[in-house]
Amino acid sequence: MDWEAIWLTARLAALVSAILLVISLPLAHWLVFSRRRWTFLVEAVVSLPLVLPPTVLGFYLLLAMGSRSPVGRWWTSLTGQSLAFTFEGLVIASVFYSLPFAVQPIAAAFAQVNHTLGEASATLGASRLRTFLRVTLPLSMHGVVAGAVLSFAHTVGEFGVVLMVGGNLPGVTRTISIAIYDDVQALRYERANETALALLAFSLLVLLAVYGARRRSWALAPTA
Amino acid sequence: MSATVEIRRRLSDAFALDVAFTAPPGLTVLFGRSGSGKTTILRSIAGLVRPDAGRIQVGGRTFFDAGAGTDVPVQRRGVGYVFQQLALFPHLSVRANIEYGLQALPAAERLARVDAMAASFHIAPLLERRPDRISGGERQRAALARALVTEPSILLLDEPLSALDHAIQSQIMADLRRWHERHRIPVLYVTHSHREAYALAERVIVVEQGRVAATGSSHEVLDHPAERALASLAGFENVFDAAILERQERAGTMRCRLEGTRTELEVPLTQQRVGDRISLAVRAGDILLAAQEPQGISARNVLRGRLVDTAPQGPAVVATIDAGARFTVHLTPGGADAVRLRAGADLWLIIKTYSCRVLAR
Repeated sequence: MDWEAIWLTARLAALVSAILLVISLPLAHWLVFSRRRWTFLVEAVVSLPLVLPPTVLGFYLLLAMGSRSPVGRWWTSLTGQSLAFTFEGLVIASVFYSLPFAVQPIAAAFAQVNHTLGEASATLGASRLRTFLRVTLPLSMHGVVAGAVLSFAHTVGEFGVVLMVGGNLPGVTRTISIAIYDDVQALRYERANETALALLAFSLLVLLAVYGARRRSWALAPTA
Repeated sequence: MSATVEIRRRLSDAFALDVAFTAPPGLTVLFGRSGSGKTTILRSIAGLVRPDAGRIQVGGRTFFDAGAGTDVPVQRRGVGYVFQQLALFPHLSVRANIEYGLQALPAAERLARVDAMAASFHIAPLLERRPDRISGGERQRAALARALVTEPSILLLDEPLSALDHAIQSQIMADLRRWHERHRIPVLYVTHSHREAYALAERVIVVEQGRVAATGSSHEVLDHPAERALASLAGFENVFDAAILERQERAGTMRCRLEGTRTELEVPLTQQRVGDRISLAVRAGDILLAAQEPQGISARNVLRGRLVDTAPQGPAVVATIDAGARFTVHLTPGGADAVRLRAGADLWLIIKTYSCRVLAR
Protein backbone atom coordinates (compact mmCIF):
# COMPACT_ATOMS: atom_id res chain seq x y z
CA MET A 1 0.00 0.00 0.00
CA ASP A 2 1.13 3.52 -0.76
CA TRP A 3 1.23 4.95 2.79
CA GLU A 4 2.68 8.23 1.64
CA ALA A 5 -0.31 8.81 -0.65
CA ILE A 6 -2.76 7.75 2.08
CA TRP A 7 -1.22 10.10 4.63
CA LEU A 8 -1.20 12.97 2.12
CA THR A 9 -4.82 12.33 1.18
CA ALA A 10 -5.94 12.20 4.83
CA ARG A 11 -4.20 15.52 5.56
CA LEU A 12 -5.69 17.10 2.46
CA ALA A 13 -9.25 15.87 3.14
CA ALA A 14 -9.18 16.86 6.83
CA LEU A 15 -7.93 20.34 6.02
CA VAL A 16 -10.49 20.80 3.23
CA SER A 17 -13.35 19.60 5.47
CA ALA A 18 -12.32 22.02 8.20
CA ILE A 19 -12.09 24.96 5.80
CA LEU A 20 -15.41 23.99 4.22
CA LEU A 21 -17.18 23.93 7.60
CA VAL A 22 -15.97 27.45 8.32
CA ILE A 23 -17.19 28.62 4.89
CA SER A 24 -20.38 26.58 4.67
CA LEU A 25 -22.01 27.39 8.02
CA PRO A 26 -22.41 31.12 7.27
CA LEU A 27 -22.95 30.51 3.55
CA ALA A 28 -25.71 27.95 4.12
CA HIS A 29 -27.29 30.19 6.75
CA TRP A 30 -27.30 33.07 4.31
CA LEU A 31 -28.72 30.93 1.50
CA VAL A 32 -31.57 29.67 3.71
CA PHE A 33 -32.49 32.82 5.63
CA SER A 34 -31.64 35.68 3.27
CA ARG A 35 -34.58 37.44 1.69
CA ARG A 36 -32.53 38.75 -1.22
CA ARG A 37 -33.77 37.83 -4.65
CA TRP A 38 -30.44 36.75 -6.05
CA THR A 39 -29.63 33.98 -3.57
CA PHE A 40 -30.47 31.52 -6.35
CA LEU A 41 -27.49 32.81 -8.34
CA VAL A 42 -25.11 31.99 -5.51
CA GLU A 43 -26.86 28.65 -5.04
CA ALA A 44 -26.28 27.79 -8.70
CA VAL A 45 -22.60 28.78 -8.60
CA VAL A 46 -22.02 26.79 -5.40
CA SER A 47 -23.58 23.73 -7.02
CA LEU A 48 -21.61 23.99 -10.27
CA PRO A 49 -19.02 21.35 -9.28
CA LEU A 50 -21.85 18.81 -9.05
CA VAL A 51 -22.45 18.93 -12.80
CA LEU A 52 -19.17 20.24 -14.20
CA PRO A 53 -16.58 17.65 -15.37
CA PRO A 54 -13.70 17.82 -12.85
CA THR A 55 -11.28 18.43 -15.69
CA VAL A 56 -13.13 21.61 -16.66
CA LEU A 57 -13.07 22.89 -13.09
CA GLY A 58 -9.42 21.83 -12.78
CA PHE A 59 -8.51 23.53 -16.05
CA TYR A 60 -9.91 26.91 -15.02
CA LEU A 61 -8.43 26.63 -11.55
CA LEU A 62 -5.07 25.90 -13.14
CA LEU A 63 -5.40 29.00 -15.33
CA ALA A 64 -6.40 31.07 -12.28
CA MET A 65 -3.33 29.86 -10.40
CA GLY A 66 -0.99 30.46 -13.34
CA SER A 67 1.39 33.38 -13.60
CA ARG A 68 -0.83 35.12 -16.15
CA SER A 69 -3.79 35.54 -13.82
CA PRO A 70 -3.92 38.31 -11.20
CA VAL A 71 -4.68 35.75 -8.48
CA GLY A 72 -1.67 33.65 -9.45
CA ARG A 73 0.62 36.69 -9.57
CA TRP A 74 -0.66 37.91 -6.19
CA TRP A 75 0.01 34.51 -4.59
CA THR A 76 3.51 34.36 -6.12
CA SER A 77 4.34 37.84 -4.87
CA LEU A 78 3.11 36.81 -1.40
CA THR A 79 4.79 33.42 -1.07
CA GLY A 80 7.49 33.40 -3.70
CA GLN A 81 6.14 30.31 -5.39
CA SER A 82 3.33 29.32 -7.77
CA LEU A 83 0.08 27.75 -6.51
CA ALA A 84 -0.12 25.17 -9.27
CA PHE A 85 1.40 21.75 -8.52
CA THR A 86 1.64 22.48 -4.78
CA PHE A 87 -0.23 21.10 -1.76
CA GLU A 88 -1.72 24.56 -1.06
CA GLY A 89 -3.02 24.74 -4.61
CA LEU A 90 -4.57 21.33 -4.17
CA VAL A 91 -6.32 22.46 -0.95
CA ILE A 92 -7.81 25.50 -2.67
CA ALA A 93 -8.94 23.47 -5.69
CA SER A 94 -10.50 20.82 -3.44
CA VAL A 95 -12.41 23.44 -1.46
CA PHE A 96 -14.10 24.60 -4.65
CA TYR A 97 -14.65 21.05 -5.83
CA SER A 98 -16.25 19.80 -2.59
CA LEU A 99 -18.13 22.99 -1.67
CA PRO A 100 -21.64 21.74 -2.66
CA PHE A 101 -21.12 18.54 -0.66
CA ALA A 102 -20.72 20.62 2.47
CA VAL A 103 -23.20 23.43 1.76
CA GLN A 104 -26.15 21.37 0.57
CA PRO A 105 -26.70 19.05 3.54
CA ILE A 106 -26.10 21.91 5.99
CA ALA A 107 -28.51 24.21 4.16
CA ALA A 108 -31.11 21.44 3.99
CA ALA A 109 -30.81 20.88 7.76
CA PHE A 110 -31.11 24.64 8.49
CA ALA A 111 -34.21 24.85 6.32
CA GLN A 112 -35.83 22.00 8.23
CA VAL A 113 -35.57 23.76 11.59
CA ASN A 114 -38.99 25.11 12.52
CA HIS A 115 -38.94 28.82 11.76
CA THR A 116 -41.02 29.64 14.83
CA LEU A 117 -38.20 28.42 17.09
CA GLY A 118 -36.01 31.20 15.75
CA GLU A 119 -38.79 33.72 16.34
CA ALA A 120 -39.29 32.44 19.88
CA SER A 121 -35.56 32.81 20.49
CA ALA A 122 -35.67 36.42 19.24
CA THR A 123 -38.64 37.35 21.45
CA LEU A 124 -36.63 35.98 24.39
CA GLY A 125 -33.92 38.54 23.68
CA ALA A 126 -31.41 36.37 21.84
CA SER A 127 -29.23 37.98 19.18
CA ARG A 128 -29.08 36.38 15.75
CA LEU A 129 -25.74 34.79 16.59
CA ARG A 130 -27.08 33.34 19.84
CA THR A 131 -30.16 32.02 18.04
CA PHE A 132 -27.87 30.37 15.52
CA LEU A 133 -25.56 28.83 18.14
CA ARG A 134 -28.23 27.75 20.64
CA VAL A 135 -31.12 26.77 18.37
CA THR A 136 -30.43 26.48 14.64
CA LEU A 137 -27.04 24.77 14.86
CA PRO A 138 -27.83 22.15 17.56
CA LEU A 139 -31.00 21.21 15.67
CA SER A 140 -29.00 20.89 12.43
CA MET A 141 -26.15 18.80 13.80
CA HIS A 142 -27.03 15.82 11.59
CA GLY A 143 -26.70 18.04 8.50
CA VAL A 144 -23.41 19.55 9.70
CA VAL A 145 -21.96 16.09 10.36
CA ALA A 146 -23.18 14.92 6.96
CA GLY A 147 -21.63 17.97 5.27
CA ALA A 148 -18.28 17.44 6.98
CA VAL A 149 -18.18 13.72 6.29
CA LEU A 150 -19.34 13.98 2.69
CA SER A 151 -16.88 16.74 1.81
CA PHE A 152 -14.09 14.73 3.46
CA ALA A 153 -15.00 11.61 1.50
CA HIS A 154 -15.49 13.51 -1.73
CA THR A 155 -12.06 15.10 -1.39
CA VAL A 156 -10.51 11.69 -0.75
CA GLY A 157 -12.01 10.40 -3.98
CA GLU A 158 -11.24 13.31 -6.33
CA PHE A 159 -9.14 12.59 -9.38
CA GLY A 160 -9.64 14.91 -12.31
CA VAL A 161 -9.14 18.16 -10.44
CA VAL A 162 -6.04 16.83 -8.65
CA LEU A 163 -4.52 15.70 -11.90
CA MET A 164 -5.12 19.07 -13.56
CA VAL A 165 -4.04 21.29 -10.68
CA GLY A 166 -1.63 19.12 -8.71
CA GLY A 167 -0.10 16.72 -11.16
CA ASN A 168 1.51 13.68 -9.63
CA LEU A 169 4.28 14.66 -7.23
CA PRO A 170 4.90 12.00 -4.54
CA GLY A 171 4.37 13.42 -1.04
CA VAL A 172 3.14 16.77 -2.43
CA THR A 173 0.15 16.21 -4.70
CA ARG A 174 -0.01 12.47 -5.25
CA THR A 175 -3.30 11.43 -3.62
CA ILE A 176 -4.71 7.90 -3.23
CA SER A 177 -6.73 7.91 -6.43
CA ILE A 178 -3.74 9.15 -8.41
CA ALA A 179 -1.60 6.45 -6.79
CA ILE A 180 -4.08 3.75 -7.81
CA TYR A 181 -4.16 5.08 -11.36
CA ASP A 182 -0.36 5.09 -11.42
CA ASP A 183 -0.14 1.52 -10.16
CA VAL A 184 -2.58 0.31 -12.81
CA GLN A 185 -0.66 2.12 -15.55
CA ALA A 186 2.49 0.35 -14.35
CA LEU A 187 0.62 -2.99 -14.21
CA ARG A 188 1.10 -3.22 -10.39
CA TYR A 189 -2.41 -4.63 -9.99
CA GLU A 190 -1.92 -6.15 -6.55
CA ARG A 191 -0.73 -2.90 -5.03
CA ALA A 192 -3.55 -1.00 -6.79
CA ASN A 193 -6.07 -3.48 -5.41
CA GLU A 194 -4.87 -3.04 -1.82
CA THR A 195 -5.27 0.71 -1.95
CA ALA A 196 -8.57 0.49 -3.83
CA LEU A 197 -10.02 -1.95 -1.29
CA ALA A 198 -9.01 0.33 1.56
CA LEU A 199 -10.74 3.25 -0.17
CA LEU A 200 -13.87 1.16 -0.81
CA ALA A 201 -14.11 0.12 2.84
CA PHE A 202 -13.56 3.69 3.97
CA SER A 203 -16.30 5.06 1.67
CA LEU A 204 -18.79 2.49 2.89
CA LEU A 205 -18.03 3.35 6.52
CA VAL A 206 -18.54 7.02 5.80
CA LEU A 207 -21.94 6.46 4.23
CA LEU A 208 -22.98 4.18 7.09
CA ALA A 209 -22.07 6.94 9.53
CA VAL A 210 -24.00 9.60 7.58
CA TYR A 211 -27.17 7.55 7.11
CA GLY A 212 -26.99 6.27 10.67
CA ALA A 213 -26.82 9.83 11.97
CA ARG A 214 -29.72 10.92 9.80
CA ARG A 215 -31.94 8.21 11.19
CA ARG A 216 -32.04 9.72 14.68
CA SER A 217 -31.84 13.39 14.10
CA TRP A 218 -29.97 14.26 17.31
CA ALA A 219 -27.90 11.18 17.75
CA LEU A 220 -24.83 13.37 17.38
CA ALA A 221 -26.11 16.55 19.04
CA PRO A 222 -24.60 17.72 22.32
CA THR A 223 -26.79 16.70 25.24
CA ALA A 224 -26.85 20.22 26.67
CA MET B 1 -48.41 50.54 31.97
CA SER B 2 -50.64 50.14 28.98
CA ALA B 3 -50.18 49.45 25.30
CA THR B 4 -51.23 51.72 22.45
CA VAL B 5 -51.41 50.04 19.11
CA GLU B 6 -52.06 51.63 15.75
CA ILE B 7 -51.20 49.42 12.81
CA ARG B 8 -51.77 49.48 9.10
CA ARG B 9 -50.41 46.70 6.96
CA ARG B 10 -51.39 45.25 3.61
CA LEU B 11 -51.66 41.47 3.88
CA SER B 12 -52.80 40.74 0.34
CA ASP B 13 -54.38 42.56 -2.56
CA ALA B 14 -57.82 42.15 -1.09
CA PHE B 15 -57.06 42.42 2.59
CA ALA B 16 -55.42 45.05 4.76
CA LEU B 17 -55.02 45.20 8.52
CA ASP B 18 -56.04 48.59 9.90
CA VAL B 19 -56.55 48.67 13.66
CA ALA B 20 -56.13 51.09 16.53
CA PHE B 21 -56.74 50.31 20.19
CA THR B 22 -55.39 50.74 23.68
CA ALA B 23 -54.89 47.78 25.99
CA PRO B 24 -54.71 48.74 29.68
CA PRO B 25 -53.00 46.48 32.21
CA GLY B 26 -55.05 43.32 32.48
CA LEU B 27 -56.43 40.77 30.11
CA THR B 28 -57.72 41.94 26.74
CA VAL B 29 -59.09 39.30 24.41
CA LEU B 30 -58.60 39.80 20.67
CA PHE B 31 -61.55 37.91 19.36
CA GLY B 32 -62.38 37.01 15.77
CA ARG B 33 -62.48 34.34 13.13
CA SER B 34 -59.26 32.79 11.88
CA GLY B 35 -57.82 34.93 9.14
CA SER B 36 -59.21 38.16 10.58
CA GLY B 37 -55.74 39.52 11.31
CA LYS B 38 -55.46 38.84 15.07
CA THR B 39 -52.14 37.03 14.88
CA THR B 40 -50.64 39.72 12.66
CA ILE B 41 -51.48 42.25 15.40
CA LEU B 42 -49.51 40.19 17.94
CA ARG B 43 -46.62 39.68 15.53
CA SER B 44 -46.45 43.41 14.83
CA ILE B 45 -46.29 44.22 18.56
CA ALA B 46 -43.52 41.64 19.01
CA GLY B 47 -41.62 43.03 16.01
CA LEU B 48 -41.85 39.85 13.95
CA VAL B 49 -43.87 41.70 11.32
CA ARG B 50 -43.23 45.27 10.28
CA PRO B 51 -46.37 47.37 9.77
CA ASP B 52 -46.57 49.67 6.74
CA ALA B 53 -47.62 52.54 8.94
CA GLY B 54 -48.69 53.33 12.48
CA ARG B 55 -47.31 53.43 16.00
CA ILE B 56 -46.85 50.86 18.77
CA GLN B 57 -46.15 51.97 22.34
CA VAL B 58 -45.94 49.70 25.34
CA GLY B 59 -45.57 51.08 28.85
CA GLY B 60 -44.33 54.44 27.60
CA ARG B 61 -41.71 52.86 25.31
CA THR B 62 -42.08 53.33 21.57
CA PHE B 63 -41.53 50.01 19.79
CA PHE B 64 -42.50 51.25 16.37
CA ASP B 65 -43.27 54.61 14.84
CA ALA B 66 -43.41 54.73 11.06
CA GLY B 67 -43.42 58.56 11.10
CA ALA B 68 -40.30 58.87 13.25
CA GLY B 69 -38.57 55.87 11.65
CA THR B 70 -38.45 53.98 14.96
CA ASP B 71 -38.41 50.18 14.75
CA VAL B 72 -36.94 48.49 17.82
CA PRO B 73 -35.68 44.99 16.90
CA VAL B 74 -37.52 41.99 18.33
CA GLN B 75 -34.67 41.09 20.71
CA ARG B 76 -34.81 44.46 22.45
CA ARG B 77 -38.57 44.81 22.82
CA GLY B 78 -38.83 42.61 25.90
CA VAL B 79 -42.20 41.10 25.05
CA GLY B 80 -43.48 37.75 26.27
CA TYR B 81 -44.86 35.74 23.35
CA VAL B 82 -46.52 32.35 23.60
CA PHE B 83 -46.89 30.92 20.11
CA GLN B 84 -49.82 28.83 19.00
CA GLN B 85 -47.48 25.86 18.49
CA LEU B 86 -45.63 26.89 21.71
CA ALA B 87 -42.21 26.68 20.00
CA LEU B 88 -40.44 25.11 22.96
CA PHE B 89 -36.86 24.23 21.99
CA PRO B 90 -37.02 20.44 21.48
CA HIS B 91 -33.32 19.84 22.17
CA LEU B 92 -33.30 21.67 25.51
CA SER B 93 -34.69 20.55 28.85
CA VAL B 94 -37.70 22.38 30.28
CA ARG B 95 -35.28 24.15 32.65
CA ALA B 96 -33.01 25.29 29.79
CA ASN B 97 -36.09 26.45 27.89
CA ILE B 98 -37.31 28.61 30.76
CA GLU B 99 -33.79 29.88 31.44
CA TYR B 100 -33.27 30.80 27.80
CA GLY B 101 -34.38 34.43 28.08
CA LEU B 102 -32.35 35.10 31.25
CA GLN B 103 -28.88 34.96 29.69
CA ALA B 104 -27.93 38.38 31.05
CA LEU B 105 -28.45 37.37 34.70
CA PRO B 106 -25.91 35.67 36.98
CA ALA B 107 -26.30 31.90 37.28
CA ALA B 108 -27.58 31.95 40.87
CA GLU B 109 -30.36 34.38 40.05
CA ARG B 110 -31.30 32.44 36.92
CA LEU B 111 -31.66 29.32 39.01
CA ALA B 112 -33.80 31.09 41.62
CA ARG B 113 -36.08 32.67 39.05
CA VAL B 114 -36.59 29.46 37.09
CA ASP B 115 -37.37 27.50 40.26
CA ALA B 116 -39.85 30.12 41.48
CA MET B 117 -41.57 30.24 38.10
CA ALA B 118 -41.70 26.47 37.80
CA ALA B 119 -43.27 26.24 41.25
CA SER B 120 -46.00 28.77 40.50
CA PHE B 121 -46.86 26.99 37.23
CA HIS B 122 -46.69 23.51 38.80
CA ILE B 123 -43.92 22.12 36.60
CA ALA B 124 -41.08 21.92 39.13
CA PRO B 125 -40.80 18.09 38.91
CA LEU B 126 -40.48 18.24 35.11
CA LEU B 127 -37.61 20.70 34.80
CA GLU B 128 -34.99 18.20 33.70
CA ARG B 129 -37.17 16.57 31.03
CA ARG B 130 -37.30 17.34 27.33
CA PRO B 131 -40.49 18.96 25.98
CA ASP B 132 -41.44 15.80 24.07
CA ARG B 133 -41.48 13.86 27.35
CA ILE B 134 -44.23 15.91 29.03
CA SER B 135 -47.97 16.28 28.39
CA GLY B 136 -49.66 18.96 26.28
CA GLY B 137 -50.85 20.89 29.33
CA GLU B 138 -47.39 20.74 30.88
CA ARG B 139 -45.84 22.01 27.65
CA GLN B 140 -48.33 24.87 27.76
CA ARG B 141 -47.27 25.75 31.30
CA ALA B 142 -43.60 25.54 30.32
CA ALA B 143 -44.16 27.92 27.39
CA LEU B 144 -46.00 30.39 29.64
CA ALA B 145 -43.26 30.15 32.28
CA ARG B 146 -40.57 30.72 29.64
CA ALA B 147 -42.29 33.91 28.47
CA LEU B 148 -43.16 35.25 31.93
CA VAL B 149 -39.84 34.59 33.68
CA THR B 150 -38.27 37.40 31.62
CA GLU B 151 -40.73 39.87 33.26
CA PRO B 152 -41.99 41.19 29.93
CA SER B 153 -43.66 44.56 29.53
CA ILE B 154 -46.52 42.95 27.61
CA LEU B 155 -47.69 39.35 27.28
CA LEU B 156 -48.87 38.14 23.86
CA LEU B 157 -50.77 34.86 23.79
CA ASP B 158 -51.75 33.35 20.44
CA GLU B 159 -54.56 30.83 21.00
CA PRO B 160 -52.44 29.27 23.73
CA LEU B 161 -55.11 27.00 25.16
CA SER B 162 -57.06 25.97 22.10
CA ALA B 163 -55.51 22.48 21.95
CA LEU B 164 -56.24 21.60 25.58
CA ASP B 165 -59.31 20.19 27.23
CA HIS B 166 -61.46 22.53 29.29
CA ALA B 167 -60.42 21.33 32.73
CA ILE B 168 -56.71 21.89 32.04
CA GLN B 169 -57.48 25.19 30.33
CA SER B 170 -59.18 26.57 33.40
CA GLN B 171 -56.39 25.40 35.74
CA ILE B 172 -53.80 27.14 33.58
CA MET B 173 -55.94 30.27 33.38
CA ALA B 174 -56.18 30.29 37.18
CA ASP B 175 -52.36 30.10 37.40
CA LEU B 176 -52.03 32.89 34.87
CA ARG B 177 -54.54 35.04 36.77
CA ARG B 178 -52.65 34.55 40.02
CA TRP B 179 -49.40 35.55 38.36
CA HIS B 180 -51.13 38.48 36.80
CA GLU B 181 -52.40 39.91 40.09
CA ARG B 182 -48.78 40.57 41.01
CA HIS B 183 -47.63 41.87 37.62
CA ARG B 184 -49.97 44.40 36.13
CA ILE B 185 -49.04 44.39 32.46
CA PRO B 186 -51.22 44.29 29.37
CA VAL B 187 -52.01 40.75 28.31
CA LEU B 188 -53.32 40.31 24.76
CA TYR B 189 -55.02 36.97 24.28
CA VAL B 190 -55.95 35.92 20.77
CA THR B 191 -58.80 33.45 20.40
CA HIS B 192 -61.65 32.54 18.09
CA SER B 193 -63.53 30.69 20.82
CA HIS B 194 -66.28 32.75 22.42
CA ARG B 195 -66.29 30.35 25.35
CA GLU B 196 -62.71 31.41 26.12
CA ALA B 197 -63.53 35.06 25.48
CA TYR B 198 -66.40 34.91 27.99
CA ALA B 199 -64.44 32.96 30.56
CA LEU B 200 -61.37 35.17 30.56
CA ALA B 201 -61.89 38.63 29.42
CA GLU B 202 -61.95 41.84 31.32
CA ARG B 203 -62.07 43.47 27.89
CA VAL B 204 -62.80 42.17 24.43
CA ILE B 205 -61.72 43.64 21.11
CA VAL B 206 -63.59 42.08 18.22
CA VAL B 207 -61.47 41.93 15.05
CA GLU B 208 -63.16 41.34 11.74
CA GLN B 209 -61.62 41.51 8.28
CA GLY B 210 -58.59 43.33 9.64
CA ARG B 211 -60.57 45.99 11.53
CA VAL B 212 -61.73 46.54 15.07
CA ALA B 213 -65.46 45.81 14.91
CA ALA B 214 -66.26 46.39 18.58
CA THR B 215 -64.54 47.11 21.90
CA GLY B 216 -65.83 46.75 25.41
CA SER B 217 -66.32 44.42 28.35
CA SER B 218 -67.04 40.86 27.34
CA HIS B 219 -70.70 41.26 28.29
CA GLU B 220 -71.15 44.52 26.41
CA VAL B 221 -69.53 43.19 23.29
CA LEU B 222 -70.85 39.68 23.34
CA ASP B 223 -74.37 40.30 24.76
CA HIS B 224 -75.43 43.34 22.75
CA PRO B 225 -74.13 42.74 19.28
CA ALA B 226 -74.35 45.88 17.22
CA GLU B 227 -74.41 44.05 13.98
CA ARG B 228 -75.48 40.75 12.68
CA ALA B 229 -72.00 39.50 11.81
CA LEU B 230 -71.07 40.01 15.43
CA ALA B 231 -74.09 38.10 16.65
CA SER B 232 -73.11 34.94 14.88
CA LEU B 233 -69.56 35.34 16.11
CA ALA B 234 -70.53 35.92 19.68
CA GLY B 235 -72.60 32.90 20.44
CA PHE B 236 -75.96 33.70 18.86
CA GLU B 237 -76.22 30.48 16.93
CA ASN B 238 -79.59 31.45 15.46
CA VAL B 239 -79.71 34.55 13.30
CA PHE B 240 -82.69 35.12 10.98
CA ASP B 241 -83.78 37.77 8.50
CA ALA B 242 -87.23 38.99 9.45
CA ALA B 243 -89.82 41.70 8.73
CA ILE B 244 -91.92 43.54 11.32
CA LEU B 245 -95.65 42.76 10.97
CA GLU B 246 -97.13 44.67 13.87
CA ARG B 247 -96.04 46.91 16.75
CA GLN B 248 -97.77 46.27 20.08
CA GLU B 249 -96.78 49.46 21.88
CA ARG B 250 -98.66 48.69 25.07
CA ALA B 251 -97.23 45.23 25.50
CA GLY B 252 -93.79 46.47 24.54
CA THR B 253 -93.49 43.85 21.83
CA MET B 254 -93.56 43.43 18.05
CA ARG B 255 -94.68 40.56 15.84
CA CYS B 256 -92.19 39.55 13.14
CA ARG B 257 -92.20 36.98 10.37
CA LEU B 258 -89.02 35.15 9.49
CA GLU B 259 -88.28 35.76 5.83
CA GLY B 260 -89.09 32.90 3.48
CA THR B 261 -91.26 31.18 6.10
CA ARG B 262 -94.63 31.51 7.76
CA THR B 263 -92.98 31.35 11.18
CA GLU B 264 -93.83 34.31 13.43
CA LEU B 265 -92.05 35.42 16.58
CA GLU B 266 -92.91 37.97 19.22
CA VAL B 267 -89.87 40.10 20.04
CA PRO B 268 -89.10 43.16 22.20
CA LEU B 269 -90.30 46.54 20.86
CA THR B 270 -87.63 48.66 19.14
CA GLN B 271 -87.56 51.92 17.18
CA GLN B 272 -88.13 50.19 13.84
CA ARG B 273 -91.43 50.56 11.97
CA VAL B 274 -93.86 48.07 10.53
CA GLY B 275 -92.48 46.63 7.29
CA ASP B 276 -88.85 47.29 8.30
CA ARG B 277 -86.46 44.45 7.70
CA ILE B 278 -84.48 43.35 10.71
CA SER B 279 -82.26 40.51 11.91
CA LEU B 280 -83.28 38.38 14.87
CA ALA B 281 -80.71 36.61 17.01
CA VAL B 282 -81.44 33.88 19.57
CA ARG B 283 -78.90 31.90 21.56
CA ALA B 284 -79.12 28.13 21.16
CA GLY B 285 -79.07 27.82 24.94
CA ASP B 286 -82.08 30.14 25.39
CA ILE B 287 -84.53 27.87 23.57
CA LEU B 288 -86.59 25.29 25.49
CA LEU B 289 -87.88 22.06 23.95
CA ALA B 290 -91.07 20.19 24.87
CA ALA B 291 -92.21 16.77 23.67
CA GLN B 292 -95.92 17.72 24.06
CA GLU B 293 -97.60 20.98 23.22
CA PRO B 294 -97.16 23.11 26.33
CA GLN B 295 -100.25 24.64 27.95
CA GLY B 296 -100.62 27.75 30.03
CA ILE B 297 -97.07 29.03 29.97
CA SER B 298 -95.82 32.61 30.00
CA ALA B 299 -93.48 32.37 27.01
CA ARG B 300 -95.09 34.04 24.01
CA ASN B 301 -93.39 32.02 21.31
CA VAL B 302 -94.33 28.35 21.01
CA LEU B 303 -93.38 26.89 17.61
CA ARG B 304 -94.14 23.39 16.40
CA GLY B 305 -91.17 21.74 14.72
CA ARG B 306 -89.56 18.52 13.70
CA LEU B 307 -86.19 17.19 14.85
CA VAL B 308 -83.72 17.07 11.94
CA ASP B 309 -80.49 16.08 13.59
CA THR B 310 -78.64 15.81 16.89
CA ALA B 311 -74.91 15.92 17.56
CA PRO B 312 -72.88 15.75 20.77
CA GLN B 313 -70.75 18.80 21.61
CA GLY B 314 -68.63 18.16 24.68
CA PRO B 315 -71.03 17.16 27.42
CA ALA B 316 -73.96 18.92 25.70
CA VAL B 317 -76.22 17.96 22.82
CA VAL B 318 -76.84 20.18 19.80
CA ALA B 319 -80.23 19.64 18.16
CA THR B 320 -81.28 21.04 14.80
CA ILE B 321 -85.02 21.59 14.54
CA ASP B 322 -87.07 22.60 11.52
CA ALA B 323 -89.88 24.92 12.54
CA GLY B 324 -90.31 26.67 9.21
CA ALA B 325 -86.82 28.01 9.77
CA ARG B 326 -83.96 25.90 11.09
CA PHE B 327 -83.19 26.43 14.78
CA THR B 328 -80.11 25.28 16.65
CA VAL B 329 -80.83 24.29 20.26
CA HIS B 330 -78.37 23.35 23.00
CA LEU B 331 -79.47 20.81 25.61
CA THR B 332 -77.89 19.01 28.53
CA PRO B 333 -77.81 15.21 28.13
CA GLY B 334 -80.50 14.92 30.83
CA GLY B 335 -82.65 17.46 29.00
CA ALA B 336 -82.20 15.57 25.75
CA ASP B 337 -83.38 12.34 27.45
CA ALA B 338 -86.40 14.09 28.95
CA VAL B 339 -87.77 15.17 25.55
CA ARG B 340 -86.77 11.83 23.92
CA LEU B 341 -84.97 13.24 20.88
CA ARG B 342 -85.69 11.06 17.86
CA ALA B 343 -85.17 12.17 14.28
CA GLY B 344 -88.48 13.10 12.69
CA ALA B 345 -90.26 13.45 16.05
CA ASP B 346 -92.59 16.41 16.63
CA LEU B 347 -91.30 18.94 19.15
CA TRP B 348 -92.31 22.31 20.47
CA LEU B 349 -89.81 25.16 20.68
CA ILE B 350 -90.37 27.66 23.47
CA ILE B 351 -88.68 31.06 23.14
CA LYS B 352 -89.19 33.93 25.56
CA THR B 353 -89.78 37.31 23.94
CA TYR B 354 -86.77 38.77 25.69
CA SER B 355 -84.50 36.00 24.47
CA CYS B 356 -84.89 37.46 20.99
CA ARG B 357 -82.43 40.22 20.04
CA VAL B 358 -83.47 42.66 17.35
CA LEU B 359 -80.67 43.93 15.11
CA ALA B 360 -80.99 46.61 12.45
CA ARG B 361 -80.19 45.54 8.94
